[in-house]
Amino acid sequence: MKSTRESRREGRWFYFFISPWLIGFIVFALFPVLASLYYSFTEYDIIHAPEFIGFGNYNELFHDEQFWNSVKVTLKYTFISVPLTLFLSLVFAMLINQKIPFRGIFRTAMYFPSMISGVSMALLWFWVFNPQAGLFNYGLSLFGIDPIHWFLDEKYAMWALIIMSFWGLGGGMLIFLAGLQGVPAHLLEAAKLDGAGRLRTFWNVTFPLISPVFLFQLIIGLIESFQVFTQAYTITQGGPNYSTWFYVYNIYINAFKNFRYGYASAMSWILLIAVTVITFVIMKLSNRYVYYEGGRER
Amino acid sequence: MSEVALAKQQPVRRKKTKIEFASIVGFLILLIVTIAMIMPLGFMLSTSLKTTKEMLVFPPTVIPKHFAWDNFKELFVNEEIKFGRQYLNSIIVAIATVIGTVFSSSFVAFGFARYKAKGSQFLFVLVLSTLMLPYPAIMIPQFLLFTKLGLHDSLLPLILPSFFASAYMIFLLKQFFTSIPNELYDAGRIDGCKEIRLYWNLTLPLSGPVIATVAIFSFIWSWNDLLAPVLYLDSQENFTLPIGMAAMLSSKFRIAPWNLMMAASLLSVLPIIVLFSIAQRRFVQGIVLTGIK
Repeated sequence: MKSTRESRREGRWFYFFISPWLIGFIVFALFPVLASLYYSFTEYDIIHAPEFIGFGNYNELFHDEQFWNSVKVTLKYTFISVPLTLFLSLVFAMLINQKIPFRGIFRTAMYFPSMISGVSMALLWFWVFNPQAGLFNYGLSLFGIDPIHWFLDEKYAMWALIIMSFWGLGGGMLIFLAGLQGVPAHLLEAAKLDGAGRLRTFWNVTFPLISPVFLFQLIIGLIESFQVFTQAYTITQGGPNYSTWFYVYNIYINAFKNFRYGYASAMSWILLIAVTVITFVIMKLSNRYVYYEGGRER
Repeated sequence: MSEVALAKQQPVRRKKTKIEFASIVGFLILLIVTIAMIMPLGFMLSTSLKTTKEMLVFPPTVIPKHFAWDNFKELFVNEEIKFGRQYLNSIIVAIATVIGTVFSSSFVAFGFARYKAKGSQFLFVLVLSTLMLPYPAIMIPQFLLFTKLGLHDSLLPLILPSFFASAYMIFLLKQFFTSIPNELYDAGRIDGCKEIRLYWNLTLPLSGPVIATVAIFSFIWSWNDLLAPVLYLDSQENFTLPIGMAAMLSSKFRIAPWNLMMAASLLSVLPIIVLFSIAQRRFVQGIVLTGIK
């Protein structure tokens, strides 16, 4: 047992060392979260003092077509891009986890592109999808498909962004690969001896073992795709005809172009609630389905 | 830290029979997908060296007929782009962010790894919960705060927060620090080491690889960040690369200068390529341990 004096001394050092984070947390996280809650109940344009309007902003949001459109756009992107990316990165991880030549090269070539994100990636893909001279339409032309006006056509702009998102699946693939390599070989051998086929072995042995990784990737993927901004800002400016008017882009326009900080704060808070609820729900559901090694306290 | 899992990628052990049919199919799929993943990079490289006339030729030429090295020169000479200045800004922000993140996060992680106190567990849960906190949810008050401090259109709002530790990095470093044997610290104490020296002279020198990982990832995040710079920076000479490059699209060129933009993109991914080729292991480790790309 430690003496009281010693543990008090230890406590002082603890708070001494974590103080940078504690200050940063209060100034750059806690205060902004509370302040944006306050602003969300006000009309605020930075020049005049915030004016309290109760639930006025939330009420307006409810009838705001642009807001609902941004929700729709973001959910559409999320529900298509996230599951597909997750699925593909798992499949490629499993392919690379086989006994095949050049595994190292495949692995590197798959995950290097995921390091190139942001504007460089957006510009590159804007050019790849160029209707006249882009690589993508050239590829399609080899199959006799007419040029598609990707980012100029509201039917295709979103799909172009979804295709772009696959380029970043290497990071997820790498995480799955690490998970797959943690699956004990003797379990796979045992399944094989028991006469289980590939699919059965995957479904009953491998997948349960990597399900925590899967879950984590799912949560991170959802949270990231709720926050898509770069593509909308760089490539589409929300168009054509608002078909890529993402949620965070909508916040940005309302706050920093229309100077409606209160209104935008209300949207920020809705985003915060959405992220919290989704994380919580997935964690809850996962308690039932996800296998954690060493069992779980109940 | 599971160095073992990160070392050589061991294939799942199978009996040494002939190569299976499924493996061949898998190999072919991987080959096609890998080529598809690499092709846009080749397209970027090839376009960056084309003349304005050649870049619009359809079908695109693979190797430029005439290597237009001038594209790269143009980026730095053209007064309307200010590429050199913006490159420098990005380097300043990224390096300052790396320094801030490495020192503050390792300092805090040391506290979480080595000391227990009332509330220490709760505070660590709080650290983890901020991992989920979306930046757009807090950006407006942060923006108003920095604007009131008179820091609008300056690089400081992009740098300052990094000196107050990043949750991901605290998490990553704490995992590593916890694995350092207690005996080392006891020995250090007996030799009369003060707590700060235990951090500075004992923990940091032992943590080279994990600190390299932290440095690489904070560099890349800062280097690629667009949203925060867009909020704070107004004048072209204060832009970081991402805004500067996005602005090239909407600038006064008659034809969108795709060759220049690809040259700019290439130069902007250059530091990442360099880091990647000298420290590939650290990339893999960072991705696998944090689960963040």
